[in-house]
Amino acid sequence: MQTLLKVENLTVSFFTQAGEVQAVRGVDFDIRQKETIAIVGESGCGKTVTVQTVMGLLSNPGRVKDGRILFRGEDLAKASRERLHALQGNEMSMIFQDPLTYLNPTMRVGRQIAEAYLQHNKATRDEAAARVLEIMRLVSFPSPERNMRAYPFQLSGGMRQRIMVAMALVCNPVVLFADEPTTALDVTIQAQIIELMNSLKSKIDTAIVLITHDMGVVANMAQRVYVMYAGRIVEHGAAQDVFENPRHPYTWGLLYSIPRLDAPGKGAMEFIPGTPPDLLCPPEGCAFAPRCKHAMNICAVRQPPKYTFGRAEHCAACWLYSEEAKKTYADVIEKRGNANG
Amino acid sequence: MADQVLFELKSVSKHFQVKNAGVLKAVNGVSLTIYKGETLGLVGESGCGKTTLGHTMVKLYKNDGGMITYKGRDIWDFNRRQNMNYHKNVQIIYQDPYASLNPLHVVRQSIAEGLEIHKLYKGKKRTERVMELLRMVGLNQEHANRFPHEFSGGQRQRIGIARALAVEPEIIICDEPVSALDVSIQAQIVNLIMRLQREIGLSYLFITHDLSLVKQISDRIAVMYLGAIVELAPAQSLYEHHYHPYTSALLSAIPIPDPEVEKKRKRIMLSGDVPNPINLGGGCSFRSRCPKAAKRCELECPQLKEITPGHFAACHFAE
Repeated sequence: MQTLLKVENLTVSFFTQAGEVQAVRGVDFDIRQKETIAIVGESGCGKTVTVQTVMGLLSNPGRVKDGRILFRGEDLAKASRERLHALQGNEMSMIFQDPLTYLNPTMRVGRQIAEAYLQHNKATRDEAAARVLEIMRLVSFPSPERNMRAYPFQLSGGMRQRIMVAMALVCNPVVLFADEPTTALDVTIQAQIIELMNSLKSKIDTAIVLITHDMGVVANMAQRVYVMYAGRIVEHGAAQDVFENPRHPYTWGLLYSIPRLDAPGKGAMEFIPGTPPDLLCPPEGCAFAPRCKHAMNICAVRQPPKYTFGRAEHCAACWLYSEEAKKTYADVIEKRGNANG
Repeated sequence: MADQVLFELKSVSKHFQVKNAGVLKAVNGVSLTIYKGETLGLVGESGCGKTTLGHTMVKLYKNDGGMITYKGRDIWDFNRRQNMNYHKNVQIIYQDPYASLNPLHVVRQSIAEGLEIHKLYKGKKRTERVMELLRMVGLNQEHANRFPHEFSGGQRQRIGIARALAVEPEIIICDEPVSALDVSIQAQIVNLIMRLQREIGLSYLFITHDLSLVKQISDRIAVMYLGAIVELAPAQSLYEHHYHPYTSALLSAIPIPDPEVEKKRKRIMLSGDVPNPINLGGGCSFRSRCPKAAKRCELECPQLKEITPGHFAACHFAE
């Protein structure tokens, strides 16, 4: 499959009064045609900054220090502002967590969708209106003719998020970034939006980059998963591999510390001790080492390299998989790395 | 579970008059019992009235209808002294601890405030008690003289818990205590809440929207929809058999973090959103989204009935 977007060694820092906050510290990922990938991590791990940078939305005091963002062969890290504007909302678009913040409260939603369309396409008002109806039907509005005349406050949370999806898709983008699209919604509405986004995959060619902290949502949508911690990708691979044979201790923590509906009843939960590191002065070695049950001496001083497992695409950056440690920790790896065991 | 009843709610209602719109029945005829030493999970989506119910129980609102008794006595019949005692025994923890801590007070002051009001632990003993509380919630002595902004979200929630614990309550109403926290921190706080229950025999009313979380910690679970309890059952029983279509839909809507399991699951999709709670007519409030809705549901509001011992559901079709 064709690679649409390839991000290499992306490094982003925020130069604040307190010092340099190293939000993204060398991230690599790629996305291919028609697939859905997920970037998973907790708040402050740099997942939002990563996609904002890719979209060209990084604002002061943030700066790209290093890395390339190859979108169909063109390096967006070096692209001009005009070029980025031409891409934003057109070939790359984005939906956000809280739709109400991003919708104009004084403008009918139909007009807002049309505005996004007219920004990048030459069309008459009637043509634009027809396109709005078409896209609103695509995102399953029960009566688009009536709904397009509504103001945002007249719509429910789920409907507003559908408007955001419609706006993002109106120009047929190549890549859609969805930043926590369901976090602000109730579970029954979340299920509707997940269902909608999955059903859209069969109708349009857009690739989706899902950003979330919810492993449950990931399991429902993504083909490939990137797990991010303290500005770095610590593990990535096919969703099946990451869920069934997670390799990085942080992924173990994430997967095993969430309450599961299909787990046996009342009882203590597994947890990750401590809190994420301060990115003003990130640790020298592995950023997860201070919270890791299996940390060794080397973890505190040296950054772990990427180790590859089985199928070429499953990688984790952890010293447990170095030749020396592998034998000593064989039982840990065996036990923790098998989600069904 | 000891059989001593702490709270008894009998068809409690709280209605709000909304300007130019009508009446919002936030809580509409809720009956519940909370026993000593148990955790009762109260689950529902936003706007279902779960927080209003919690606030009514700590007397932040006065219920318009029904009766709330605490250890057999109506909570609105207390004299001044009994009322103080009630407020000491019934504590509440909120979702956003930062919003409920005074930013100008150091943690020591915030925790000691309750002790001061209730005249517990004088002088040096009080300082000792604050230190003990900090230890109990997994913080240390150095934290005592810091301000709320110096803490992370998880630590602030620990302070919120210490504050509630300070006056030795019998029950804590936990209103979404972990929803604002990251997943890795959530488990820490949930474990803390459960450990404290084992150690000092607290009871909890645990209000949340997260059905998988509530399963981890509750003895019994009540599911709420538009102001009313639609299903009430022992935790295990609820997950094995659910009789109300809303509970079934809610359970099936929760994603399980395992693609293999997810592929095999059948999902019940609810159409539409929660209807506007202002001026709801008679009949079953769930009928507009219910796959089973029939003529009867429009005319008659279903009451909670016992389906199996201890397991109640409010649906005409539950059996």
